[in-house]
Amino acid sequence: MMDRDQMRAFIAQRVAKELNDGDVVNLGIGLPTLVPNYLPEDVKVTLQSENGIIGVGTVTDENRDARHVVDAGGRPSEVAPGGSFIDSATSFGLIRGGHVDATILGGLEVDAEGSLANWIIPGKMMPGMGGAMDLLIGAKHVIVAMEHTAKGRPKILKKCRLPYTAINCVTKIITEMCVLDVRPEGLVMIEYNPEFSIEEIQAATEAELIISPELKPMC
Amino acid sequence: MSKFVSIEEAVKLIPDGASIMVGGFMGCGNAHAFIDALSKSGVKDLTLICNDASMPNGPDGGDFYGVAKLVHNKQIKTLIATHVGLNPEVAQQSMIEKTLEVFLIPQGSFAEMIRAHGAGLGGVLTPTGVGTIIEDSPYCLGKQNIEGRDYLLMKPIKADFAIIAGAKIDKAGNVWYKGDSSNFNIVMATAAETVIAEAEEIVEIGEIAPEDVRTSAILVDYVVEGGKYL
Repeated sequence: MMDRDQMRAFIAQRVAKELNDGDVVNLGIGLPTLVPNYLPEDVKVTLQSENGIIGVGTVTDENRDARHVVDAGGRPSEVAPGGSFIDSATSFGLIRGGHVDATILGGLEVDAEGSLANWIIPGKMMPGMGGAMDLLIGAKHVIVAMEHTAKGRPKILKKCRLPYTAINCVTKIITEMCVLDVRPEGLVMIEYNPEFSIEEIQAATEAELIISPELKPMC
Repeated sequence: MSKFVSIEEAVKLIPDGASIMVGGFMGCGNAHAFIDALSKSGVKDLTLICNDASMPNGPDGGDFYGVAKLVHNKQIKTLIATHVGLNPEVAQQSMIEKTLEVFLIPQGSFAEMIRAHGAGLGGVLTPTGVGTIIEDSPYCLGKQNIEGRDYLLMKPIKADFAIIAGAKIDKAGNVWYKGDSSNFNIVMATAAETVIAEAEEIVEIGEIAPEDVRTSAILVDYVVEGGKYL
């Protein structure tokens, strides 16, 4: 059995295979930020931060300037060589306009229709959607990268019960158990983690899974 | 009154109940010196239009970073924002004490709705928010289908005052922003009755090359010098 850190690393490693050389990519907070660590040498992506960085760089003690450069989580950030700074309206124009190839984010719930909920729990928590609603409708490839269940409770549902962040937008779901393609007929399992049986994966999932004839192990 | 005023003079322009747009993203690009003075002024019942409510501690330390000071001092009655999760006082005041009303708008729509008012447009048609509870927001005027795709019609956003911040402002009032601190400052400078701009440094005309000016002097009513205030 993997511990939580191993699980998150395993998911991030698999997500990295979804990215292509030259892609413009937006990463959500948490697990998605691990993905660049697993990119092969020949895959260079441009990370975009929706508050105004195209080409996110590495913060060091020397270049740190928190007053003027932060990432979408408000943490000190930096622009990479060849990158640029833009204002918010321009940034979201690029996002809605289809100029971001992939967005990778977590979710509270995701469903068989490719709809996602991750911004509010009515009456309990209302952090807000920030840029997520725009990223979900604008990015060409929407990858939900998350742990398969929340303390054993399914997060992949027939239909989201929490308010949607966006509908019919997710293209792929990657968890420690499997890789699901979101297709018009439903959630198609294309890869599975051999640590689990197909029955175990289905039991941890509320939505009905369609098993691809080309099903293969995750690696 | 000259365009160049003291922070104290500029704060006095803002009455109780005013609507203020404040540029910045999690404190980056907030007009820190002006906001600090406003937070000590006792002005109340403000409508704050800002991407977020910043956070209790800044990246370089300090209590109540940027607009978080205004929330902490309970000067805000209505908050229009996209994300408030990093400032727990917002949840406390809106969900428990029920003294703060919060309207959440998707970030891209928020930027564009402000831009729309400043650009003389009657609204924004965006696919963002379709099928979500944003359709029920008072800022959403309905849905339209254009060439097979659904769009929400979102209202423009305006304010009495825009409070913007630039690293350098020249003696004409032209603004240059450093890093990604331009964020919402650029659109907000177009969408308020009165624009107050805080400079870290006031420079001679010509020190900012005309092609590097991101907010034109014609939009800026007042300039205050904030220095490297944090």
